[in-house]
Amino acid sequence: MPGKIRVIHYINQFFGGLGGEEKGSLAPQWFIGPRGPGSLIQQLAPEIEVVGTIVVGDNYMAEHLDEGAAKIIALLETEIARDKGLRPNLVMAGPAFAAGRYGMSCGAVCQSVQETFGIPAVTAMHPDNPALDIYRQALTVVRAEADVMGMRAALEGMVRVGRKLVAGEDIDPQTDGTIPRGLRQNYFAETTGAERAIEMLMRKLRGEEIGTEYPMPVFSRVPPAAPVADMGSATLALVTSGGIVPRGNPDRIESANASKYGEYSLEGLDRLSADSHQSVHGGYDTTYANEDPNRVLPLDVVRDLVREGRIGRLHETYFATVGNATSVKRAEAYGREIAAKLVNVGVQAVILTST
Amino acid sequence: MPTAHICSIVPISKTVGANRIVPSVAIPHPLGDPEKSPEEETQIRRGLVEKALTALETEIAEQRVFD
Repeated sequence: MPGKIRVIHYINQFFGGLGGEEKGSLAPQWFIGPRGPGSLIQQLAPEIEVVGTIVVGDNYMAEHLDEGAAKIIALLETEIARDKGLRPNLVMAGPAFAAGRYGMSCGAVCQSVQETFGIPAVTAMHPDNPALDIYRQALTVVRAEADVMGMRAALEGMVRVGRKLVAGEDIDPQTDGTIPRGLRQNYFAETTGAERAIEMLMRKLRGEEIGTEYPMPVFSRVPPAAPVADMGSATLALVTSGGIVPRGNPDRIESANASKYGEYSLEGLDRLSADSHQSVHGGYDTTYANEDPNRVLPLDVVRDLVREGRIGRLHETYFATVGNATSVKRAEAYGREIAAKLVNVGVQAVILTST
Repeated sequence: MPTAHICSIVPISKTVGANRIVPSVAIPHPLGDPEKSPEEETQIRRGLVEKALTALETEIAEQRVFD
């Protein structure tokens, strides 16, 4: 029978029993043996020994993610140097459930441990944890419920997956209860896509469970905003996902999977032209947009409408990004930021153009 | 604040939750038409922007396509 799996457990101040929000700035603390949920880990898996626990305040880590992770690595190195018996086979962090700060710090610690010591790390989060966006690809994250009611189940998952990681086995999100990492694995299907599609249709016709090979994302709904009483006295702003940027693409917005949006001045411009602007969108034929960018960002007619009094004012800055393979999360984030900026300067309505 | 989405693929706009939707001419030239003369294009573009303004001024309780 193989020896014990030595685990170092990383938890926050709350689960470490050191206090609540008021202890949020707690610097890394080291404890021999398990603490808080660590005891439950040992109960669930007799072959696991939690040899040490690191407790850190949520705010400490969230505010100094890289420094904090480095401090924890240094702390581990010191303790292991002091007592070789502490050298872990596995690091477990959290579970962080849906907590953003805790998720970020669990993610940072797991990633650092994997990179520095080359040992496996596992954590657990609810699919809505904001930290997943950043750490999903690099880490093995067990799917957890939204709060501490799911503690036992999350720890059971971490134990099961932890054992596999230590044994060097592959993890499969479908069967192991982990959150998909967004990594593509090619496989040879025994039947062609056409055959599988017909089988799916047959199931549908028979009223059976259809299943899906690709789960579709769910989009949130926002209640419609109140209308503008009179555009003739309102300030309008233009936003586009069609990739219309000043010629030369000064901010280097990517033609797909844009990592940013740009803010560009319209001052002094009565219309856009092939000389002043271009489209950097990689998802459509940009010939027509490059010939005449007003075909995507209608500055010329908006200026006319302002002159005629149909629109009160045009905000002299427009916002642009490329809506090609943009992740929904990023798009939502850009939207939120742009909206905040526009509200701050008194814009009352937006025309958003997409290709 | 109200936003009018001038876009080429209305089902996508509906799916992602835009509330005021104005269907555009085509993907590569949503507010234009290279087959037409510049004057005609400007008219088309103006018409779409005016539709967007109407959408911005219209009270709605749920998603609506303004075409």
